[in-house]
Amino acid sequence: MNVATVFFYLFSAIMIASAFMVIAARNPVHSVLFLILAFVNASGLFLLMGAEFLAMILVVVYVGAVAVLFLFVVMMLDVDFAELKQGFLQYLPIGSIIGIVVAIELLLVMLGFTQSDAALGAGAAPIQANMSNTEALGLVLYTKYVYLFQASGLVLLTAMIGAIVLTLRHKPDVKRQIISEQNARTRAGAIEIKKAPSRAGV
Amino acid sequence: MTDWLLPLLIMLGKSLLLLVAVLVYVAYVLYADRKIWAAVQLRRGPNVVGPWGLLQSFADMLKFVLKEPVIPAGANKGVFLLAPFVTAMLALSAWAVIPVADGWAVADLNVGVLFIFAISSLGVYGVIMGGWASNSKYPFLAALRSAAQMVSYEVSIGFVIITVLLCAGSLNLNDIVMAQDSKYGLFGWYWLPLFPMFIIFFISALAETNRPPFDLVEAESELVAGFMVEYSSVPYMLFMLGEYVAIVTMCALTTILFLGGWLSPIPFAPFTLVPGVIWFILKSTGVFFMFAMVKAFVPRYRYDQLMRLGWKVFLPISLFMVIVVAGALQFAIAQGWR
Repeated sequence: MNVATVFFYLFSAIMIASAFMVIAARNPVHSVLFLILAFVNASGLFLLMGAEFLAMILVVVYVGAVAVLFLFVVMMLDVDFAELKQGFLQYLPIGSIIGIVVAIELLLVMLGFTQSDAALGAGAAPIQANMSNTEALGLVLYTKYVYLFQASGLVLLTAMIGAIVLTLRHKPDVKRQIISEQNARTRAGAIEIKKAPSRAGV
Repeated sequence: MTDWLLPLLIMLGKSLLLLVAVLVYVAYVLYADRKIWAAVQLRRGPNVVGPWGLLQSFADMLKFVLKEPVIPAGANKGVFLLAPFVTAMLALSAWAVIPVADGWAVADLNVGVLFIFAISSLGVYGVIMGGWASNSKYPFLAALRSAAQMVSYEVSIGFVIITVLLCAGSLNLNDIVMAQDSKYGLFGWYWLPLFPMFIIFFISALAETNRPPFDLVEAESELVAGFMVEYSSVPYMLFMLGEYVAIVTMCALTTILFLGGWLSPIPFAPFTLVPGVIWFILKSTGVFFMFAMVKAFVPRYRYDQLMRLGWKVFLPISLFMVIVVAGALQFAIAQGWR
């Protein structure tokens, strides 16, 4: 058993344990924190496979940005935990039926999974040995899949604009900062120097 | 047995050496920060503990350790104590990939820049966790405000880093420094060809590490230390340590990305013989001097100005520069100059 194997079992064990704690934790903020732990361990697993670019991007995107938003939302929600727990048994049958259906589907997919010879051949040497996987990913992403890549970017842009359009409101009676006016102020227009005569005031 | 034990011991020794060096450097950076600030304001600054006050930071550390840690009654105890540890540990772990001289890094990662970027994007967790776990509305609101600030400036830092990566053609920090090695010395470093990005990176680094004029996180004169209100003793010290280590990391990163890392500014004999680590420390300290001077003479930003600068000024400029730099590089390749 070499060091990589030890770390594989370590990361996997922590990841499964924290994934379990995500649904088992009583406090939703703790759940999100465990989710973050699971993400970090997943990136550790990527590192072990030599996919260092994916590992870092997983941390930057999911842990650094997406999970922060999760945490924001969960922290600001005012959830009554006792009330939330009451419906638990009531939804247990439906929940377990959905769980069983998903498990059966997963099993069917996994049992019916075969690999064509062409895919096997392509999978054997994914990148040249002298190329870092950042470079290899970039080469594929910006040549072969460039239209799909751009399309997914456009989808994200649309989502962003949609979110802004839905939430942006200009209330008429709110006093706003007009930055251009503030920047256009000069010394001459802003202050006035007056000579105050002694004992007379201004 | 010995084939993995020896590398492990060497690795541990290297990490320990780096840790001690960084902590001592941070102690004197803190002292320098206070001294420079004092000098600008015509004060003396710390001058009692040790000769010229040189041992002030160590006395402060001792004071923090000996004080009683107070945990608020309604606080979420585990998260409350975890937050400062997360902050300090993340800040220190970024140093694992920073090369202080040719090949002198604990881990010479292929994706070194991304690693530092990932670690600095995790820095926001210490703030959010600390603010939430304190179970009080002031730290909580401060945590939300500062998290928004740190997330916004990460975006422009990311784009600035991309322009440097395009020029260097590698994500390895060692390679980025070597790519700046030329016969022009300090005029071959990236601060000159990427000049506007150098300024944007410097200002974004100030905002990312919550330094004045962007210290709305702490704003000691008006917000009583923001998300850290409820902290005392060792947890508070860990927050401060994490903050200063992050500042020093940003100084080192500026040095690597724009100021040629450990390279000598004058590329001939008597200067190139000076060990790289000395140049590296001199340059990082110079960048920190600028951090300290900005603190001394720039007034604090208003929050809406801060957000406007990040999203409406820096983001468009850095996005535009990524395209310009990429276009210029493609043109140079097409002309056969590179």
